[in-house]
Amino acid sequence: MSFLTVKNINKSFGSTEVLRGIDLAINKGEVVAIIGSSGSGKTTLLRCLNFLEIADIGEISVDGEVIFASDGTRAFSDRELREKRSRFGLVFQSFNLFPQYTAFENLTLAPKLKLEERVKKEHLAAAERKAELARITARAADLLEQVGLSEKRDFYPCQLSGGQQQRVAIARALMLSPDILCFDEPTSALDPELTGEVLRVIRSLKNSERTMIIVTHEMEFARNVADHVIFMADGVIEEEGTPDEVFGNPKSEKTKAFLAVDKG
Amino acid sequence: MALFFEVTLSLLKGFGTTCSIFGLTLVLALPLGLLISFGTMSKFRPVKAVFKTFVWIIRGVPLMLQLFVVFYVPGFLFGMPIASRFVSTIIAFVINYACYFSEIYRAGIEAIPTGQTEAGEVLGMTKWQIFRKVIFMQVVKRIIPPMGNEIITLVKDTALARVIAVTEIIWRAEQFTSRALIWPLFYTAVFYLAFVGALTLLFGWAEKKLAYYKV
Ligand SMILES: Nc1ncnc2c1ncn2[C@@H]1O[C@H](COP(=O)(O)OP(=O)(O)OP(=O)(O)O)[C@@H](O)[C@H]1O
Ligand SMILES: [Mg+2]
Repeated sequence: MSFLTVKNINKSFGSTEVLRGIDLAINKGEVVAIIGSSGSGKTTLLRCLNFLEIADIGEISVDGEVIFASDGTRAFSDRELREKRSRFGLVFQSFNLFPQYTAFENLTLAPKLKLEERVKKEHLAAAERKAELARITARAADLLEQVGLSEKRDFYPCQLSGGQQQRVAIARALMLSPDILCFDEPTSALDPELTGEVLRVIRSLKNSERTMIIVTHEMEFARNVADHVIFMADGVIEEEGTPDEVFGNPKSEKTKAFLAVDKG
Repeated sequence: MALFFEVTLSLLKGFGTTCSIFGLTLVLALPLGLLISFGTMSKFRPVKAVFKTFVWIIRGVPLMLQLFVVFYVPGFLFGMPIASRFVSTIIAFVINYACYFSEIYRAGIEAIPTGQTEAGEVLGMTKWQIFRKVIFMQVVKRIIPPMGNEIITLVKDTALARVIAVTEIIWRAEQFTSRALIWPLFYTAVFYLAFVGALTLLFGWAEKKLAYYKV
């Protein structure tokens, strides 16, 4: 039984069908790389998983629980979407750090707001609130350390390099311990010499508890780090398999053409 | 010298009224403008249309005319007792400036990349939390220069209240013309310049204060 199951996701923008029946089955702790040419729908798929876009049709289950099912007739409230989102995290191509907060504050903002909500709803005692706050702070410090940025905790995003910003963004996404962490071309906006540090961090996150889906153009990285590779073309999964299968012995003509161009 | 003191004292009183119009308008129009900007950005078409039309009318008609409307029309149409001149002025100014401010807010809010909202959303924040904690301060930083401009215009627009005989500084100065004194009128410029100068310094300071981050 897979940890994340996605069934028949369809998504159109107007009359453009961007996703046409995507199925995924991903195990816990697995790292999945999604590759494919521009416009094939990779970003849209990640956005549907994070409910930034709502799939027109399809079903998403996490850990055996159906968290999203749509036949295209029902609208979802902000509140529902927020609930569903809590299972997923997303690291953006353009980092999207909050510019007015330091690296450290970028990490703690959302958890603190969530804590304040709990304080209100559950009438947490002051001592407990304090303990929770300490936990948030400690976790933020840990995560900054993990991405190698302890010294930059009080720096603002504009004072950090692109690679450092992206590492902060990764730490921020980890703060709420999402079941599934998605990356949308995490190194595409970076100068070539900065991609290494970010890829190293992502690689270091691999463990048996953390499921990751990484959209990337870094074929080397996909080949070395992923357990499973998905090649998308025109809104469908054209081919998938282990890195060796997809990169070493592609079956589909489209995959072959894509990989050939990439070697270029 | 006695005359100079007399004029200064009278102008100072008028300037007090000027400052009251300015201060009250600012304090009320700043939040109201934000609400109106939400209306003009509403995803619900009819609401958006109503707010857009309202802003168009208010921005399309001279403030002076709006002063007359607020002051005379309620009594004229509905037989309501005329509100005080000062209250009418504040109502007209607040509505007018709120509409101008709303456009500044709207431009500021729309200029914030959607990625900021989306980053908040994937972190599980509510729409309101995102606005309050992420978007708002970025908007503030962006709109300080255009707001500064508009607020400086407001200082000088207060003189319009004179048309319904509110005793602001220009009105006071004009009273001296009946004594063949024209210089008090020019003397008022000193008050405006000092006020605008102080505001300019204040906005400069605020811009510097927020220079620690880039949006
Ligand atoms: N909000 C939108 N409205 C209309 N069309 C959209 C929207 N978002 C994406 N599309 C279209 O959907 C298609 C797939 O886009 P998507 O961003 O998912 O591709 P991608 O595989 O991530 O490409 P890239 O490698 O360039 O990032 C494109 O043709 C794009 O123009
Ligand atoms: Mg993309």
